[in-house]
Amino acid sequence: MATLLEQVEVDTELRPAIAGRNPWALAARRLWRNRIAMAALLLFLVIVVMCLAAPLYASNIAHVNPFPPNLNGHTVVNGHVVPVMQQGGGLLKLGETPIGPTWDPSHYFLGADNTGRDVAALLLYGGRSSLLIGIGSALLCSLAATVIALIAGFFGGVTDSVASRIMDIVWAFPVFLLAICIGTELLTHSNGFQLGPVHVDASSLLLPTLLIGFIYIPYVYRPVRGQVLSVVKKEFVEAATAQGAGNTRLIFSEVLPNVVSTVIVLLPLIIATTILTESVLSFLGIGVQPPNVSWGSLIADATALVYTRPWTTIAPGLMILLTVLSLNVLGDGVRDALDPRAKLRVEG
Amino acid sequence: MLTFIIRRLLWSVLVLFVITTLVFIIFFKTPGVDPARALAGRSPNAQTLAEIRAQLGLGRPFPVEYAIMMKKIFITRDLVSYSNQGTRVIQEIFAATPATMSLVFGAAVLWVVMAIAVGIAAALLRGTIFDPLIMVVALIGVSAPVFWVGQIVNMISQGSLHSTVLFSWVPPLGYTPFLQSPGLWFRGLVLPWITLSILYIGFYGRVLRANLLEVQNEDYVRTARAKGISERRVLMRHTLRTSMITFVSLFGLDFAALVAGGALVTEVVFGIHGVGFLFFESFQSLDLPTIMAITIYGAFFIVLINAAVDIAYAWLDPRIRPT
Repeated sequence: MATLLEQVEVDTELRPAIAGRNPWALAARRLWRNRIAMAALLLFLVIVVMCLAAPLYASNIAHVNPFPPNLNGHTVVNGHVVPVMQQGGGLLKLGETPIGPTWDPSHYFLGADNTGRDVAALLLYGGRSSLLIGIGSALLCSLAATVIALIAGFFGGVTDSVASRIMDIVWAFPVFLLAICIGTELLTHSNGFQLGPVHVDASSLLLPTLLIGFIYIPYVYRPVRGQVLSVVKKEFVEAATAQGAGNTRLIFSEVLPNVVSTVIVLLPLIIATTILTESVLSFLGIGVQPPNVSWGSLIADATALVYTRPWTTIAPGLMILLTVLSLNVLGDGVRDALDPRAKLRVEG
Repeated sequence: MLTFIIRRLLWSVLVLFVITTLVFIIFFKTPGVDPARALAGRSPNAQTLAEIRAQLGLGRPFPVEYAIMMKKIFITRDLVSYSNQGTRVIQEIFAATPATMSLVFGAAVLWVVMAIAVGIAAALLRGTIFDPLIMVVALIGVSAPVFWVGQIVNMISQGSLHSTVLFSWVPPLGYTPFLQSPGLWFRGLVLPWITLSILYIGFYGRVLRANLLEVQNEDYVRTARAKGISERRVLMRHTLRTSMITFVSLFGLDFAALVAGGALVTEVVFGIHGVGFLFFESFQSLDLPTIMAITIYGAFFIVLINAAVDIAYAWLDPRIRPT
């Protein structure tokens, strides 16, 4: 026996110690190596930066204020001054048609909309609202869902039953009908609201953000609660309890760190979903309200121009498609990185 | 099994009760809003307001108000829309149902067939370049906003290409009832079917592929192979069958959601006057009685289908039945 023990000691001394790696670092490395996911992340970041730079583009490159109508404005195409609203355009050579894409970044790059506004500049401003609402509601939703899931899963019993049943009911509600109901109800308050001490304007972006964040809570709650339930039964939680840890410590330092990865895996996919939802609601006229624009409301505004000025429709949709696609691809990558043995893995 | 059915149905009733109450509260009990005014649509006169209050028993205790509303929706079915010249709401919803059903059924057939084809193709082609390629295309389908796809489809099929041989068969936007002209019904729905199903083909194709690959490593599949069963038979009889479980349960839920108004955007873009379109029109004019009735009927349908799916599931797989 003694010799064996000595052997072990000798071994550990001789071998270089294997550096313990933190699981987050491992996951980050796996994600970093996933080129497709990294390309998607890059694309998403480029879109975000472009949209954040909307005021810079509008004031320094396009020299327009894209919000007020510009029916009598003029712009320059190939060195000639032309009106933004052109007479006798379209198939029938009647009426007014806004100028089409000039492909010149400083003069109506993507043309003008029905009221002579610069579509390219609106596209970037619209992206700000879409991304802000999408990311904001996804974060709110994940936060709320995680808190409820932690409480429900940790305390179990009646708390869990009540929380889970409420979630089941919200889940059973058709998402769009619920969103539209609440959205319409909010629209009937044309003077805004008083939420406690805070006054919320009826055209505030906060309303669609809260609304969309709320309807997706059960979609995050279910997987996170499942994870909480399995973590709570683990030995390390029992060990912490035996050491006298209180509930707060158990929740925050034992359970939470072990369910965060589930939330992170879901986050890109939730953002993709909330951005799509926002676009649908705004397209229907109950999401973002004027004077704000978003990609969805731009597509709705372009309905009258679908046949004459297709880019007013194509461009915002393409932005939504690229943003959501990049998030979905990134989501796949994050899931593979954090949970290499996940059941629903798509990459082989 | 009987206990399970009873428990499941009781739960459905409870869910419906809560949903109807919730909708009722959203529309009638939001602080600072006079429900009669909200229900009356834009610019009502005093006489209409008094009439609404009397008809709906507004101002009486909450349970009475709720009961009167539910009676008007489910039993006497005489809820009227005030902003739409007193049209009977429930009858209007039922009149719009065939259009929605035509749209959703056709799209469902398309998406099931195509998703199975996509899923199997990707799983069989695993290891080649085609598998990731198919999955990327599927992901694009999942990421494209359906209303935008619809607008683009219209742009192509109704725009300058409409006069070419490629799209000259497409009728103008709108819906023709089947009994009026089956040919026109079909031609008018082909593009909406495709548009609506793209998202689901992508999504279900991905889910099916993942399930197929997972099941492929199961012992019973290996046993089937070892017994010398042909690859095709292994796929059809063993792998695909198990993989379809997730597929079928998801299908029930998505189908119900679409019938209950989820196809709204497609209906709006293609001018199909179904339930979703009615919903769209009613929230454009803030016609609250119609919005409320559609929401409640939609929820009713979804809750029923969910219960049916769960019961069918428990019947197929006894392990799911709770003891």
